[in-house]
Amino acid sequence: MSRLVAFAAIQGGYNIVSKVEGKYKKALETYSATTKVGFPNTAYYLPVIYSILGMKVETLEDIKKPLDFARKLLPPHVKGKHHLPYLGPLLDAGMAALFAFEIEEALRYLEQPNFYFTSEEVDVDAGKIWLGAADDTVFRKRGVEFVDGTAPGFAAIVGAAPDPETAKMIVEDYQRRNLYIFLAANQNGTTVAQQLIKAGVQIGWNTRIVPFGPDISSAIFALGFANRAAMAFGGIKAGDYKKMLHYNKDRIFAFVNALGDVNAEWAAAAAGCVNWGFPTIADTDIPEILPTGICTYEHVVANIAHKDMVQKSVEIRGLKVSVSTIDIPCSFGPAYEGERVRGPELIAEMGGGKTQCTELVKMAEMSEIEDGKVTVVGPDIDSVKPGTRLPLGIFVQVAGREFQTDFEPILERQIHHLVNYIQGVMHIGQRDIAWVRVGKGAVDKGFTLKHIGVVLHAKFHQDFKKIVDKVQVTLYTNKEDVDKLTTRARAEYRTRDERVEKMTDEAVETYYSCTLCQSFAPNHVCTVSPERTGLCGAYNWMDCKASFEINPTGPNQPIEKGECIDPVLGQWKGVNDFVFKASRGAVKQYNFYSMLKDPMTTCGCCECIAALLPSCNGIMTVNRDYTGDTPCGMKFTTLAGVMGGGASSPGFVGHSKFNITQRKFVNGDGGFLRLVWMPKILKEEIKERIMKRGAELGYPNLYDMIADETVGITEDQIRPFLEEKGHPALSLPPIIS
Amino acid sequence: MAEEKVVKVKEKKVANPEEVTIDPATKQMLKRAQELGIETVFDRAENLKPCNIGIQGTCCKNCAMGPCRLPLTKSVTEGEDDRKGLCGATPNTIAARNFARMVASGAAAHSDHGRSVAEVFLSVARKETKDYKIKDEGKLLAIAPHFGVETTVEVDGKIMDRSIDEIALEVAEKAYAEWGKPEGELYYLKRAPQPLYERWKKLGELPRNIDREIVEIMHRTHMGVDQDYKNLIKQCTRASLGDGWGGSMIATDLQDVMFGTPSPLQSEANLGIMKTDQVNIIIHGHEPILSEMIVAASQTKEMLDYAKTKGAKGIQLGGICCTGNEILQRHGVPPAGNFLQQELAIVTGACDAMVVDVQCVFQNLANVAKCFHTKLITTHRIAKMEQDNVIHIQFDEHHAMEDAKRIVRLAIDNFPNRKNVMIPKHKAVQIAGFGVESIQYHLGGTFRGSYYTLNDNIINGRIRGIAGVVGCNNARTKHNEQHIVLVKELIKNDVIVLSTGCNGITCAMEGLLSPETAQVFCGPGLAEVCETVGIPPVLHMGSCVDNSRILLAATEVVKAGGLGKDICDLPAAGAAPEWMSEKAISIGQYFVASGVYTLFGLMLPVDGAPVFQNYLFKEVEKIYGGKWDVEPDPIKMAQKMIAHIDKKRKALGIDKARERVLMDMEARRQLEA
Repeated sequence: MSRLVAFAAIQGGYNIVSKVEGKYKKALETYSATTKVGFPNTAYYLPVIYSILGMKVETLEDIKKPLDFARKLLPPHVKGKHHLPYLGPLLDAGMAALFAFEIEEALRYLEQPNFYFTSEEVDVDAGKIWLGAADDTVFRKRGVEFVDGTAPGFAAIVGAAPDPETAKMIVEDYQRRNLYIFLAANQNGTTVAQQLIKAGVQIGWNTRIVPFGPDISSAIFALGFANRAAMAFGGIKAGDYKKMLHYNKDRIFAFVNALGDVNAEWAAAAAGCVNWGFPTIADTDIPEILPTGICTYEHVVANIAHKDMVQKSVEIRGLKVSVSTIDIPCSFGPAYEGERVRGPELIAEMGGGKTQCTELVKMAEMSEIEDGKVTVVGPDIDSVKPGTRLPLGIFVQVAGREFQTDFEPILERQIHHLVNYIQGVMHIGQRDIAWVRVGKGAVDKGFTLKHIGVVLHAKFHQDFKKIVDKVQVTLYTNKEDVDKLTTRARAEYRTRDERVEKMTDEAVETYYSCTLCQSFAPNHVCTVSPERTGLCGAYNWMDCKASFEINPTGPNQPIEKGECIDPVLGQWKGVNDFVFKASRGAVKQYNFYSMLKDPMTTCGCCECIAALLPSCNGIMTVNRDYTGDTPCGMKFTTLAGVMGGGASSPGFVGHSKFNITQRKFVNGDGGFLRLVWMPKILKEEIKERIMKRGAELGYPNLYDMIADETVGITEDQIRPFLEEKGHPALSLPPIIS
Repeated sequence: MAEEKVVKVKEKKVANPEEVTIDPATKQMLKRAQELGIETVFDRAENLKPCNIGIQGTCCKNCAMGPCRLPLTKSVTEGEDDRKGLCGATPNTIAARNFARMVASGAAAHSDHGRSVAEVFLSVARKETKDYKIKDEGKLLAIAPHFGVETTVEVDGKIMDRSIDEIALEVAEKAYAEWGKPEGELYYLKRAPQPLYERWKKLGELPRNIDREIVEIMHRTHMGVDQDYKNLIKQCTRASLGDGWGGSMIATDLQDVMFGTPSPLQSEANLGIMKTDQVNIIIHGHEPILSEMIVAASQTKEMLDYAKTKGAKGIQLGGICCTGNEILQRHGVPPAGNFLQQELAIVTGACDAMVVDVQCVFQNLANVAKCFHTKLITTHRIAKMEQDNVIHIQFDEHHAMEDAKRIVRLAIDNFPNRKNVMIPKHKAVQIAGFGVESIQYHLGGTFRGSYYTLNDNIINGRIRGIAGVVGCNNARTKHNEQHIVLVKELIKNDVIVLSTGCNGITCAMEGLLSPETAQVFCGPGLAEVCETVGIPPVLHMGSCVDNSRILLAATEVVKAGGLGKDICDLPAAGAAPEWMSEKAISIGQYFVASGVYTLFGLMLPVDGAPVFQNYLFKEVEKIYGGKWDVEPDPIKMAQKMIAHIDKKRKALGIDKARERVLMDMEARRQLEA
């Protein structure tokens, strides 16, 4: 009976708005009206209020406007059997409740600054298990996973399961399907987050299980996350609530699981979520709303058994997810990628400085190898003492009619995340500096090193079936075998690096498009050339080439670059034609090597953003992980907000970290020597390459000339430094003519 | 021996109350009238049968060489049809001319109503009246662009809101000019779905102005002018579009601007709303210009206090016909009854004044009023009555409140004169006030309100289709029966019903406008949707000029997507099961010309010209996508409508159960931006 839901949710809406009005009044009595309020490190203010209403809440007094709006939105109560229609009012009441929740959480950040633990990980020992709002760094990093499809959606779970085991079962099932799990609210003081900790499940952004907060109001953080994705990647303007909510309905596959008794406040929150197209699936006997329309399918579905909860939820939301079924004793999926194996749980460790750990993928003749053969040469870990260290060599041989040696590094790079996907196993690094840790949880379930081979064999076949016909894996754990493999591997790495190094845009006729993120940013289209790697940092030209071979109708399509319109700016007719079509007419042309003239667009998930610094006659760039201020006056997240969503914004360009030291980097604007500022963390990360590229250009000490935040975060602050160091940018022709 | 000659006086028959209506209040009042020896329309219908030839549409009295009567007899159907009038006019020409004149009269009635509204609005915009105001600025801003009126203005390079007064004046002038502008086409035609507008344009049937097309019908149907039924129907389309997408639509919009855009509200219906202890004023007719002011006057303290001095506890207003629907949808004033109950409202003996303006007002009201204390007050300069007990108080927008108070005072003064009071207990609760805007709101609220919610449930099959059921009562059918049987059959088959006019009042009286009826009478799919949205299965969209709301609602459904590109693609049909007025013919023609399969009950006066009839019932579908039909049996009528809906569903590819599509990332990338 929708009427009962409407009755309860409207009542709930009134309760929530009144409660928050009371809290706001109290806050005004305690703090001055100009006191700053907001969530940590975000350029999106209170993101739900900002995105839906276009109202910027920065100070305590700014709260009045949205709170008054929420009050006015509250509809009349549903009265008697001859009631007035209630669907619209119900959704409005829900929206009012959500605005109030966001204000309530902002007030909590003000009044209890330490209530939430601003981190990606929980600190169980310190009792800090509530992470609160994702800041923009976390949001962008995680948002990319939503954009590229590694995370197909999120489940917002409110309340608590009847017991920790049930909570674990549900959440792990979502993990297996790669969804994020956002946790909020409690059931008589019990929360799913606490239940999971009790059941030994690692929670935090790294395992995709995010404990937002213990109250229903903290569920607002999930919606704030979704709406920021719509603004950052979808290019939806703040205040354009119609587009915002439709974007969510069509592209963000989220839903609510209500575990335990549903009270009026929960009903209001659920009604609010329906505005987003996010349905509620409950384990209790609440009134259902089955007809479709606002959500893609049902709106409220009740009485779902815990064992069916995940399957039902995904179906009701209309989401297709594939579960990798790999014959290993542990769970497997991206959700386990960020899981840690810490000291006390450690059974065996390979690499990480203490022993050698090397990975190599090599092409083989079809007749040379046996598909599916996995051999462990040397001791395995099924019989070792906790804390054992072993050397490890992972040698994968691949054969296939379509396989090329160029694809070797692409497959090899998969080893990192594929091994990490195994629950209870952690993988860091790559090539000859790999590091594998295996925890007790995995070993108890029967995991052995052999299973690494099983995973690689299965996943290479699944993900690269077009180019892979046979996969054979050998795992070495004797020192001499590993050393031998390492010597061979290093020679291979060198050859590969040289080959990539030599590749130029001029040398190829075909570039590749990348529309991987069009699910989120429908107007954006990347073009990837050898010297302009994908701006998200995840795809280089070679990857795109392989991806096309693997999936000829997929997101990477070859583009005949065609007639060169401008070699300095990097513009080709073939590319323009493609971009015009693929961006659905939104972008007519762009340049590969310029940030000033028709720069390439970004969906908002670029690794770095370069910006013009006119009075330094140069440019700066800032990476996503750096949250501080920059000399262009904007933080990364503000910059990304300015230029995300597929718009070409002269003066700014998105690029990958790797691209900075590629030879064509902003060549049209004067090139690498224009770079006068970057965050220290980024500078250090690519130090070697900066020095190398600087030397190539005749400035072997360029690394020391580039300013960072320790020098200053305004143009005025860094200019004297540049002059003192004699930065070449100062003597280049004026950047703005 | 002359005295012995027995003059056979035909004894007058009286109607059997049990057989002529399904409504208990009507039965009770009819019995009461008969006891008191008062004749009503029901009794007259027993004694006066309709003209056999007129009913066929083939009697021509357009010149003094006639009337030429060309009945379709058995001999004609068996042999060659060589019927001709003196001038040679064929049955097709005669029936088509008569049909066209009905369209002209109907369109004139609606559009003249619209003109009155436009005139009042012009006075408001010119600030010549203080009694009427702009109540809904939002609606004014919403319609302004359709008249090509800017709502913003550039000042020093900045876009600023334009003043409401300025906008109102420009809208008022442009709207008023729609009746007689010398060039161009009606502004509102472009509000139709693009393909529909293009179709009219291609056919050359875009009305030029409202009056001209009506005048042209009168010219064409003059003796010896247009003698091609196909060419006459083209003109019927022009005139009727000038009604539906012109006069009526402007009336609806400007009424909303001045009196408020309706939103759902609770009220009641039927004679039982009249009160023994209050002054009962029954407002009957069509233009809210009058009724709005009576509502306002009757709520003033001055009038309420005055009523008390006469021993009344308050003032109860009740509506009849569409003026009742106007004050129902905006103020919740309950309708006392529909068209056939107008005399009976007086028979209660509790009607202290009946105030009438234009259209559908029985002249016999004066005769019935004579039997009671009731003051019958005519208010419109174009609508007077010859009987001497009728009071005429001419209503003028420049001193509207004064006039309204005078009328209300007259009623109050009359309250103590009541005797012989018998008010039936019967009444039902209704939820009314569904406009295009409020339906959109209720389909998803402030943020997600959209007709797509409706479309989605049509696509998924919970709702089979949409029916517009409208129109009058007719004393040649059992009062209310066709309406109710039809509507119940439709909702039983999951067809949602949009209602206006006397159908709305009828459904209200029968309780079909209450949300709880959905669970009783609807098929499971429609019941579920009604329960989700909290609506009755029949949505009362207002008066007969508010059929324009149905046109716009259909347009919104088209725009919301998933159900084709034009109104004729929709799984929808229209019906007027108990029609009687010429306005219904104009409405029918503009619905047909807008792409709707439109069924009339009873009969259509075209039977005598089979070729013309076939043209209306079959051929025009190829031109407009909609067509006419007649079906006296309401169950069969519903079946025909449902069959048409199913045909459209099939054409749209939604005749099978919708699959649940699970989306992966690849599918999401394919989404349109």
